[in-house]
Amino acid sequence: MTDLTKLKISEARDALRKGDVSSVELTEACLAAIDKADALGAFVHKTPDVAMDQAKSADDRIKAGGAPDLCGIPLGIKDLFCTKGVPSQAASAILNGFKPEYESTVTSQLFDAGSVMLGKLNMDEFAMGSSNETSTYGNAINPWRRGNDDTALTPGGSSGGSASAVAADLCLGATGTDTGGSIRQPAAFTGITGIKPTYGRCSRWGIVAFASSLDQAGPMTKDVRDAAIMLEAMCGHDPKDSTSADLAVPNFEAMLTGDIKGKTIGIPREYRMDGMPDEIEALWAEGRKMLEDAGAVIKDISLPHTKYALPAYYVIAPAEASSNLARYDGVRYGHRAKLAQGDGITEMYEKTRAEGFGPEVQRRVMVGTYVLSAGFYDAYYNRARKVRTLIKKDFEDVFAQGVDAILTPATPSSAFELGKEHTDPVEMYLNDVFTVTVNLAGLPGISVPAGLDKQGLPLGLQLIGRPWEEGDLLNTAYALEQAAGFVAKPTQWW
Amino acid sequence: MSIDIETAARVAKLARIRVEDDALPALAQEFSNILGFIEQLNEVDVEGVEPMVSVEPMRLKRRKDGVTDGGMQDKILSNAPDAREGFFAVPKVVE
Repeated sequence: MTDLTKLKISEARDALRKGDVSSVELTEACLAAIDKADALGAFVHKTPDVAMDQAKSADDRIKAGGAPDLCGIPLGIKDLFCTKGVPSQAASAILNGFKPEYESTVTSQLFDAGSVMLGKLNMDEFAMGSSNETSTYGNAINPWRRGNDDTALTPGGSSGGSASAVAADLCLGATGTDTGGSIRQPAAFTGITGIKPTYGRCSRWGIVAFASSLDQAGPMTKDVRDAAIMLEAMCGHDPKDSTSADLAVPNFEAMLTGDIKGKTIGIPREYRMDGMPDEIEALWAEGRKMLEDAGAVIKDISLPHTKYALPAYYVIAPAEASSNLARYDGVRYGHRAKLAQGDGITEMYEKTRAEGFGPEVQRRVMVGTYVLSAGFYDAYYNRARKVRTLIKKDFEDVFAQGVDAILTPATPSSAFELGKEHTDPVEMYLNDVFTVTVNLAGLPGISVPAGLDKQGLPLGLQLIGRPWEEGDLLNTAYALEQAAGFVAKPTQWW
Repeated sequence: MSIDIETAARVAKLARIRVEDDALPALAQEFSNILGFIEQLNEVDVEGVEPMVSVEPMRLKRRKDGVTDGGMQDKILSNAPDAREGFFAVPKVVE
C-alpha cells in the first residue's frame, strides 16, 4: 500500500482488520513522514520507541480479534497532555525537563484502546495564544501556503502542532484542547475537522490546566467520521475529575446517517461582524444553503450578548490561569532560577517565574491577578461571571425555541502570516470571536472545512450543538461535510 | 481605566513575577489596553443575574474521605529541581 500516512482513521481501521496493512507498517510510515517534516515544527518530542512497542502490541491484539476501533492507529499528542515518562511541558520553559510519573486520563483511554503515540505536538505556551507563536519550541508552521508564495503562515493556536501534523499527513489524528477556540480555529486554518465536546465529556485529569471551567479536550482529524471515532474513545466519566460527567458515551459513528431532514439550524445575526471578509460571509451563506438543501429548516436567531463574550473570557480565563499557574514555583518540578547570594524564597519564586513564563503567559497571569485582587473582584471577575450566565442563557433560549444546531463561521479570517509584530494583544484575541462563546456556555462545537479562499487557503464553518448531543452535532457536521465536498490538500513543500 | 506604574509593579509582586523597573511603563500600557477592552462589560445590565459557578448543572460527585493512594515519595520527588533526604529543598524561608 502506498501513502499509508494519508489514510483516514476509518480507512486504516478497516485495512488493519483485513490484514492489508499492519500497525507496524503504518507507524513506520508516519515516523518517516515526521522525520522529513521538521520544517513544520509540529512534533516537538518524537517517541519512536514507544510507538513501535505500541504498534507491535496492537498488531497482536488485532490478530486476536475484537480489538477496539483505534487499535493500531498512530496519533500525535498535544504537549499539554501528561504522558508517563515522556516530556510534557505545555510548550513552556518553566516545565523544562518535566517527565510525568503518570498518564492523563484521555491518553490512558486512547492507549488502552490500542492507539499508538508518535510523539508530542507543538502548541502555544500553556495553550495561551491563537498562532502557536508563544511556544518555547518555536513556531509550528501551516502546511498550506498562498499559492506559490512561500510566506510562512500560522497553523493557528493553541493546538497548532496538532493541526499542522494532521493536515500534513504526519499522523492519522491528534489530540487537541480548547479553552477559547484552540481546537476549532487551528482546524479551520488547516482544512481539517476539530470538535470540542460539551464541558465535562472528557476528563481533564492529567491535562495541564489553563482555565479549568473552560478547558476541554477533543480530537483533530481528517474528517467527521474520524472525529466521531476518536471522540468516543476520549470521552467518559473519570472519578479523578469531579467535573467529568457520569453519562453514557454513545457510539457516535453509528449516529452518522447524514439525514438532517427537519432539523432546525439557527443563524445568529450577531455573528455578522463589521469588517468581516466577503469570502467568510459568502462561505457562511453557502453553508446555510447546503444545510437547507439537505432538508434542514433554517431559522434566523439572535444571541444578544455575543459581543460581550470576548471581554468576559479575557477576565475569566486569566483569573483561572493566575490561580492554576501559581503551582509553577520552582519547587516541585521544572525550572528553578539560579539564585544570587542572599536570595530567599520570594526571590526564587519571582526569578523562576520571570525566566520560565513567556511574555503572553506573564501578561495573562498578571491580568488575572489584577481582576481577582481586593477591590476589583466584584467589578471585574464577578461581573464577567454574571455576563457568562447571560451568554449561556442566550443559547438556552434558542435551544428552547427548537433550534438543534447553530451555524457560524469558524474564524474571522484564513491563516495569517507568522512573525507579524503584535503590538496590541487584544488584536490577537479577536481570533476567538466566533469560538469563545461556546466555551463560556460549555457547549459542543465543531469546525468543518468548507472551502478555499481566493489565496487558496482553507476556511471552516462552525456548528454549535446542544449540551451532551455531540452525536447529533457530528451528524449535522457530516451532512455539511458531504455537501461541501472539501477534498483539497496542501502541496508538499517540506 | 488607566493603570499606573505603581499598580503594575504591585500586580507583578502579587503574581510573584519579577519585572524590571524599565519594563514597567510598557507593562502598565498593556494592562490599560486589555482592561480598556474588558470595560465593555460595564454596558451589560447584570442586575439580579447570578454569577456562573458551574457551566453544566451537575452535582459534584462525592466519595468517602479516605486514603486511596500514596507511598510514592520517590515519584513525587523525581521532578524536583532540588530534593534532599526525601524532601523538597528550598532557600531559607524564615530569618
